Amino acid sequence: SKLKPKTKRSKRFLQSRAPKLTENGKSAMIMKGGNANQTVSQALKDIVRQRMLPQKNITRPFEDSTSLEFFSKKTDCSLFLFGSHNKKRPNNLIFGRLFDFHVLDMIELGIEKYVSLSEIKMTKCPEGTKPMLVFAGEAFDMDNEYKRLKSLLIDFFRGPSVPAVRLAGLEHVLHFTAVNGKIFMRSYRCLLKKSGCRTPRIELEEIGPSFDFVLRRTHLASDDLYKLSHKQPKALKPKKKKNVSHDAFGTKFGRVHMQKQDLSKLQTRKMKGLRKRKREVVDDGESPKVAKVDS
Amino acid sequence: MSNMATASCNVDELLAQAERDEAEKLRSIAVDKELELEFDLGNLLACDKNRLETRDFTGEEKHDFLRSLARDNTQLLINELWKLPTERIQEAVVAKLPEPTTPLPREKPPPRPRPPTKWEQFAKLKGIQKKKKTNLVWDETAKEWRRRWGYKRAKDNTNEWLIEVPQTADPNEDQFVKRITAKKERVAKNELNRLRNIARAQKLKVPGMGLTPVSRQSKDDLVRAASVARTSTASVGKFQERLPKEKPAKGTGKRRKFQPVIGDFSAEKDKQLELLKMMESKRPKLNVTKAVNKQMREDDREEAAARNSKRGKQAGRKGRRDNAAPGKGKGKMGARGKKAGGKPQRGKPSGGKKSKPGKR
Repeated sequence: SKLKPKTKRSKRFLQSRAPKLTENGKSAMIMKGGNANQTVSQALKDIVRQRMLPQKNITRPFEDSTSLEFFSKKTDCSLFLFGSHNKKRPNNLIFGRLFDFHVLDMIELGIEKYVSLSEIKMTKCPEGTKPMLVFAGEAFDMDNEYKRLKSLLIDFFRGPSVPAVRLAGLEHVLHFTAVNGKIFMRSYRCLLKKSGCRTPRIELEEIGPSFDFVLRRTHLASDDLYKLSHKQPKALKPKKKKNVSHDAFGTKFGRVHMQKQDLSKLQTRKMKGLRKRKREVVDDGESPKVAKVDS
Repeated sequence: MSNMATASCNVDELLAQAERDEAEKLRSIAVDKELELEFDLGNLLACDKNRLETRDFTGEEKHDFLRSLARDNTQLLINELWKLPTERIQEAVVAKLPEPTTPLPREKPPPRPRPPTKWEQFAKLKGIQKKKKTNLVWDETAKEWRRRWGYKRAKDNTNEWLIEVPQTADPNEDQFVKRITAKKERVAKNELNRLRNIARAQKLKVPGMGLTPVSRQSKDDLVRAASVARTSTASVGKFQERLPKEKPAKGTGKRRKFQPVIGDFSAEKDKQLELLKMMESKRPKLNVTKAVNKQMREDDREEAAARNSKRGKQAGRKGRRDNAAPGKGKGKMGARGKKAGGKPQRGKPSGGKKSKPGKR
């Protein structure tokens, strides 16, 4: 049964959660599993830069995703990060996303080595800066699971989509490297140094956190569900202007389609002298009067 | 001569130095890669597909290797970003980002386009464009700019203390009440159309006239709704049990009765002959006594209603002069129906003994 809004405020709230042409930025739920240890909790906090973490949630995303879907519906979040720890899978992080409040992709990463924010003594970037993302390694292009992981990580870390960015404010870089079956995640602060030309030279300072992940279980969406989730509404596609083209110099050309014209009935400038006379020309030799030409 | 020689040497040196400097500058931001990186500047994203040597990842060197790799890749990304068109907004140099190119899944499926409303269809058919209206309108009486509709609007006629009775109107008609009822009818009609549009969008069925939701439902409305619900079964309500205190609804039943087409025609013959006789008889069409009685009955009823409303007012409720707003059928019919004393509309002609083949 659909809720009927009784106030303007609740109506606006429901409208912001309804499916839209251009959607709001995705928000992520951070959850702690039943037996999360210090490492995992600290890792969760570092990734999200939050002080407090919510209560322990005794669920197993890979077995039963209904509670995940329930929470996502309640909080209107389509991304989640679940941290847990047990003997079989120590220091486990599950990155996941949902489509239409059903699980789309879930990828489990194990933390092999972790250096937290507090351990690296450096001035950090201000919170909320849109980070630059760099993916290195052939695996992100060749392996199916790694490709999905790359897409998931982009979704997670990219931040709100902005039309323009302040060049001096590009400080935060997240670098993911896939090599040897491991994924290294490093977080740097970008220093823009003078280089003599307009583009600055980059120097990096590691600010952390830094992770060495190993890929564990994955639950990837089927191909058709994945395709369905990418379907864009027709209204968003940019309208192609017909009969307008641009050439190499940037000149705009247009094309006009005309019906077939009867050339004998064309309206041209009237030249009195050229008008057909009703009566015959009296003198054969005389040429018709020359028409006056307006200057 | 020696001066010139030294001068030329200096010039050569200077040129060489200049070249070296230039190379130095470009070197500081140049990065050499086998494969070009793929960029998605809308997401501030760079993808490096070059092979990574596994031997660089042994031991302690991996930190430094990762760091230098990151530095190189970031340098390339920054080079690309600096090529974007920039503008200056409040002492900050801002680069305009292009649209993100990486296809990422949506949160929710895209909304289904809603079907156009009745007006939208008509406007499209006729080619009517929406005209943008100004927010404020000049109010002559108040000599200021007021909003077009709503609270303290420009032309508000609800508080007028004087309404001229037009030539064509009945002098005993209450123009103020007329204005108010007209407004209520317009509101109800608009609401009905709005709900119809919504129902069409969701492909639901809307109940017919008389059952649209009203803000304050009267007892009559509820009874009518209940009776409609009862008759909406497959057997048209024949086998629906009544609740203990439910009264049978008034106003149902056949509105017209037709004689059978086959069978005994004597009844029809009689009726037709009677009709002809009456038309011939030259008797007055208006039965004055009947008309007068009817009028007297109506007046009594109105007085009673007025008394009730007065009592209601004193009791503190809102005087419901027009009680049960035209939720009864079409608005106009509703008003007329009220005049006929709220009786079931059996189509009694006003006076006259025109025999109708109906209930007597």
